[in-house]
Amino acid sequence: MNPEQILFIFFGAISLIGAIAVISFRHPIYSALSLIVTFFAQAGLFVLLGAHFVAAVQVIVYAGAIMVLFLFVIMLLNLGTLSAQGAIGGKLKGFAIILGILLAAEGIYIAMNALNDTAVASAEAAAESVTTTTYDIGELLFTKYLLPFEVTSLILLAALIGVIVLVKREGQEEN
Amino acid sequence: MPLEYYLVLSALLFTIGVIGVLIRRNAIIIFMCIELMLNAANLAFVAISRSLGEATGQVFVFFVMTVAAAEVAIGLAIIVSVFKHRQTINVDEVNSLKG
Repeated sequence: MNPEQILFIFFGAISLIGAIAVISFRHPIYSALSLIVTFFAQAGLFVLLGAHFVAAVQVIVYAGAIMVLFLFVIMLLNLGTLSAQGAIGGKLKGFAIILGILLAAEGIYIAMNALNDTAVASAEAAAESVTTTTYDIGELLFTKYLLPFEVTSLILLAALIGVIVLVKREGQEEN
Repeated sequence: MPLEYYLVLSALLFTIGVIGVLIRRNAIIIFMCIELMLNAANLAFVAISRSLGEATGQVFVFFVMTVAAAEVAIGLAIIVSVFKHRQTINVDEVNSLKG
């Protein structure tokens, strides 16, 4: 086994264990912390894939900003006292897990057969030595995907205004 | 590493997210499971981007992350205001659109 395979198994196992912990812990704080572990393991996988920019953004945006928001809301609402409202009952749970296993089998089947396409296979053979850098991503963002990139800023603006409107409604009578 | 392994890992992570949405009734944990699914999709994007030798997949990951950040901000604001009205975030009890 070469180092890349060992690291893939290491990070893959951590991200799977973290993901299972997210859905099995009763207390939302533990779930959020497990999700951070999963995000870090996925950042490791991105580095293995040579996507250094995506790995850095994953740590800064997901593990940093988004998870802080989650933890902040969990603590703000003091959900620890409500942890009994965990999951659904036994029969429905079994049904959900059976459906999940079917979905996983389907996903694995598609993943295994995705490369039978000859076009993909030949492109992959040609791409063996090519590595993509942050420079390539920036160039694509500001040339081919300039319009989607600008629309992204509109999404963020809409989210910003939406959050302010949602939260402000309560205090309006006081002013 | 062959592309298939990354795609299988991505499929498994996505499935765990789906199972979480199905079995948990806490709105915040359901949100975390949606994040998990978005991340599984990101992993597939980056793996395919690598195998094709193009940066386009990573550009799409950038867009997915932006949408996820906006979605989390709005979703958590909704959860906070639902909690203010109902004192619960159990999705089985929050079953009416009328505040």
